[in-house]
Amino acid sequence: MDGARSPATIHLVVNGRACDLEVAPHALLLDVLRDVLDLKGAKRSCDTQVCGACTILIDGMAVSACTYLAVEADGRAVLTVEGLAEGERLHPLQRAFLDAGAVQCGFCTSGMLLTARAMLAETTAPSREDVLHYLRGSLCRCTGYRKIVEAIMAVAETAR
Amino acid sequence: MLRPFTLHRPETAEEACALLARLGEDAVPYAGGTELLLLMKLGLLRPPHLVDVKRIRELNELADGGRLTIGATVTHRSLERSPLVRARCPLVASVARHVANVRVRNVGTIGGNLAFADPHSDLATLFLALDAHVELVSPGGRRELSLGDFVRGPWETARRPDELLAGVRLAPWPSRAAAYVKFGVHERPTLGIAVALGLNGEDGRASARIQDARIAVGCVGPRPARMFTAEARLRGVSVDRVDDVVGAVGDAAAAGVDPADDLHGSADYKREMVAVFVRRALRVAAARAGGVEPATSFPYAVVA
Repeated sequence: MDGARSPATIHLVVNGRACDLEVAPHALLLDVLRDVLDLKGAKRSCDTQVCGACTILIDGMAVSACTYLAVEADGRAVLTVEGLAEGERLHPLQRAFLDAGAVQCGFCTSGMLLTARAMLAETTAPSREDVLHYLRGSLCRCTGYRKIVEAIMAVAETAR
Repeated sequence: MLRPFTLHRPETAEEACALLARLGEDAVPYAGGTELLLLMKLGLLRPPHLVDVKRIRELNELADGGRLTIGATVTHRSLERSPLVRARCPLVASVARHVANVRVRNVGTIGGNLAFADPHSDLATLFLALDAHVELVSPGGRRELSLGDFVRGPWETARRPDELLAGVRLAPWPSRAAAYVKFGVHERPTLGIAVALGLNGEDGRASARIQDARIAVGCVGPRPARMFTAEARLRGVSVDRVDDVVGAVGDAAAAGVDPADDLHGSADYKREMVAVFVRRALRVAAARAGGVEPATSFPYAVVA
């Protein structure tokens, strides 16, 4: 119950690898991922949970790392886009994004991929509307979303 | 970047209240952080102490008694997916599904949403229409307030600094004769309308009469408000004749709101949109009362 202001050790699994980190209570997970672990896949963009560029998965659940205290990740599994492929083998969503041409500038891509992964883990047969609903708050200023949705639907249909 | 703070993690409501009482205005309850951390990043709030309430078990419960109890730290996502909520208050689950985006819903809590009292809250408007109450815990005991008494104004509630919002209680509303429609092009809604129709009999009969109509309008005024004059015009009307009165009901609601000019639009515009969307929400609720799910969609609007 006693409060903590000084750094505490948290134990978490990041992209399959267990790590212990010293973090202050006010450290944001996005800063820890980018600056301590050198994982630059999650981007700081709007910084207000509106855009989705910093999306990561915590125990499979999509979260905005920009507005999430690092201490909350204690005891949990964090997945960033760097952990999506298996070695040189791309994740099916990454392959589908390439095939569909769903990447232009690429800034939103890591968030889109992780959001899609979270959705497909929850919903085995999503409709186009389900995909659009889940992607609300994942902004892309290049593609117009059509090819992103196409890519996600292609993976969903293969899995069916 | 956040300024440094001390993080407290009490395990019981009593411990949390003792901390809040001891630390006074220096401490702020913290749950999902989806509202609080935003203001802290901007430096608009600089609390030296955060009291994390997520380890308090009773706050995380969804329970079915005579009333449905939604613990303060239940997330929007849990509400959206709970079989209990879907069965007992399907509109609550449906509205929760449309709050913000999936990342906010995964982390943001019902209690945080209500205690923050952002005027652009979907749930506060809906809960007002459903006659919900909130439970507050303090070292001195517990008290229950109606949602209308709890939300005092923009970002202002009746919660005292040493009180903790424990949860929300509402009578089940299993009827389909209800709707929530929100409209807007910004991240937060410009307008939210909740309509709940109490009928003299079961859903699914077009000839059923409205006994108890509730209309709440959110986002346009300083806090969500019930539209009692508009509601009175619906009493005794059969659901298949709602079209005859929707115009008058919409106008009465527009006359009852207290909008201000802001980035969401002028006061006149908002008043007009209240009339339009009260009509639309009412038609949806009446169709559902008659057993039909209308295939309606409106530009820049969500129908829940």
